[in-house]
Amino acid sequence: MYRDTVLPRVLEQIVNCRDEIAQYYLIDCIIQVFPDEYHLQTLDVLLGACPQLQPSVDIMTVLSRLMERLSNYAALNAEVLPYFLQVEAFSKLNNAIGKVIEAQEDMPILSAVTLYSSLLKFTLHVHPDRLDYADQVLGSCVKQLSGKGKINDTRATREIVSLLSAPLEKYNDVVIALKLTNYPLVVEYLDNETKRIMATVIIRSIMKNNTLITTAEKVEALLELIKGLINDLDEPQGLEVDEDDFEEEQNSVARLVHMLYNDDTEEMFKIISILKKHFLTGGPKRLKFTIPPLVVSTLKLIRRLPVEGDNPFGKEASVTATKIFQFLNQIIEALPNVPSPDLAFRLYLQCAEAANKCDEEPIAYEFFTQAYILYEEEISDSKAQVTALQLIIGTLQRMHVFGVENRDTLTHKATGYSAKLLKKPDQCRAVYACSHLFWLEDHETIQDGDRVLLCLKRALKIANSAQQMGSNGQGSAGSVTLFIEILNKYLYFYEKGIPQITVESVESLIQLIKNEESMPSDPYAESLFASTLQFMEFQKQKGGAIGDRYEEIKV
Amino acid sequence: MVLVLALGDLHVPHRAADLPPKFKSMLVPGKIQHIICTGNLCIKEIHDYLKTICPDLHIVRGEFDEDARYPENKTLTIGQFKLGLCHGHQVIPWGDLDSLAMLQRQLGVDILVTGHTHQFTAYKHEGGVVINPGSATGAYSSINQDVNPSFVLMDIDGFRAVVYVYELIDGEVKVDKIEFKKPPTSNSAP
Repeated sequence: MYRDTVLPRVLEQIVNCRDEIAQYYLIDCIIQVFPDEYHLQTLDVLLGACPQLQPSVDIMTVLSRLMERLSNYAALNAEVLPYFLQVEAFSKLNNAIGKVIEAQEDMPILSAVTLYSSLLKFTLHVHPDRLDYADQVLGSCVKQLSGKGKINDTRATREIVSLLSAPLEKYNDVVIALKLTNYPLVVEYLDNETKRIMATVIIRSIMKNNTLITTAEKVEALLELIKGLINDLDEPQGLEVDEDDFEEEQNSVARLVHMLYNDDTEEMFKIISILKKHFLTGGPKRLKFTIPPLVVSTLKLIRRLPVEGDNPFGKEASVTATKIFQFLNQIIEALPNVPSPDLAFRLYLQCAEAANKCDEEPIAYEFFTQAYILYEEEISDSKAQVTALQLIIGTLQRMHVFGVENRDTLTHKATGYSAKLLKKPDQCRAVYACSHLFWLEDHETIQDGDRVLLCLKRALKIANSAQQMGSNGQGSAGSVTLFIEILNKYLYFYEKGIPQITVESVESLIQLIKNEESMPSDPYAESLFASTLQFMEFQKQKGGAIGDRYEEIKV
Repeated sequence: MVLVLALGDLHVPHRAADLPPKFKSMLVPGKIQHIICTGNLCIKEIHDYLKTICPDLHIVRGEFDEDARYPENKTLTIGQFKLGLCHGHQVIPWGDLDSLAMLQRQLGVDILVTGHTHQFTAYKHEGGVVINPGSATGAYSSINQDVNPSFVLMDIDGFRAVVYVYELIDGEVKVDKIEFKKPPTSNSAP
């Protein structure tokens, strides 16, 4: 009865009164007062009346309210969902909105977008599995936007962001949003700043839900969506972004890289190739954020490569270690010019270790060469040099892949750098650290007692000359402390049974330290010496082979 | 009972997106009295996050840390224990326990906490204890192939320290514990 008698009459009255305030109020009343099932059944009639209302009536709000009511109705009563399909609620609403927008030619873009936003939310609630409906809504929105050029109304922009965020929040899976073909088209209409905001929203959704993006295709689509963060788009002078914000954005892109993953090595290689393509367009300011995670993803990929023997395709497989190392070289070499030489230096050493594990001698050597060149040409700050040298010596110490010649060249250079550090204590410490380059526990071919002793003696010489020069710093920079540290190293190698480190050499060093006059006034050196002697005592008490070694030392 | 959280080598965002959610839910603000961090956070966001868990935060410099002002090493006293903190890339050979023991003698501490290898270790010797809390995010390491996210919680009570190590293995948090007692008359750290 409602449908056939009451509603048509009421609507007729409303339309005929031609008073916009009354119309708005009365239509709103109808929607609020009558139950939702009635509305569902009478959608045709109700929506048919809308275009007939006065143009100044806020149809936008009326329709939004109607859609909201129906969404809630569906959300609370799952059993009525089939009715929605039965009455083709979606298409009716879609058409109605289309007609309303057509009827009002100069409807502000804000209103149009708000309508579509409400319709999209309706669709997501009522027909979550019908991605095609959602896509249709976005499509209609695109059509509306295409007439208007770039949007300047901030409220409209906010509404579009809300429209685009709705599918992300509903599905909690960006991959589904990527399936909506019209999604990127809507993004296109945003201005650059809003594109960046939207990109951040998308990344946040991925991180919050721990979504993994697994195929090269999806990665490409995703990067297209967030390209506001990846490069400068069409801004001629580059972007004017607050530095902190920029850093945060780029760091979130970096974190995103770890969500792009596939177990299959071929697919993964495609993914990193796409990332490389996009990241290298990022310009100098972005590279130091985006390249490191890409390098790490690539290094992880190397570990997953099948061992040469197992791979039926052998060297013809499209993804080989060699190819990947080339890839790594290409992306790291962009960094020094940024300028980020320290970063490039560290990444080269990481790659050298990876090459070491893969037994790729020439590739490892090449990475070391690059690292050394950066050390010589770009790392000139004394403190930075100390750390850089620690990294060189530490990495080189672990290399087993080098043949004698290559190893000699690299260790010779490393010891050379050590002796040339600015401050004497730094020189001394770097040189005695080099002693470890000549003794690898598990590799008998890399055990050279002579060179070990040479390094330790050289360190002593440096400590001596520091003393002579009267640069007698106290505490940890003092030359006595250096002597004691070197003594500890003597003990380290003595314990291993290296013949060149004789009991006599240890004893004479101990004697030298004891004779040091400055000791009593240097509590740091005193306590270090005391704990060293105590350490020797502990080792003696261990008994066995070690105990015997220490037994022989007369203190 | 003083709770000290020891963790490090998070390498965010270069090598990891964030701490594992299961760890984050365990690290509740207000329960921990001190945090000692071996370094390689790498960004300020992580520094700020750690500060929300506990304002008494001690950090040393890892080779990838953005903030160059962190010190190379640090010492502090908690209960009856002297603790030393150093990232570990400075001690060569990396991960070598004898060389780390030497650093321990240099710093004059009972407990030395270092990182860099991304591998949890707790090494007890006559001079004290060397603890490596591993990598809290399970970040890639060129030194160690199989890295599980891990961190350490120490419960220090006078002369006694109980070390709990939390490791995320196959999605489950596994806990192990080791106890250390410092003899009251010991001169291990004059």
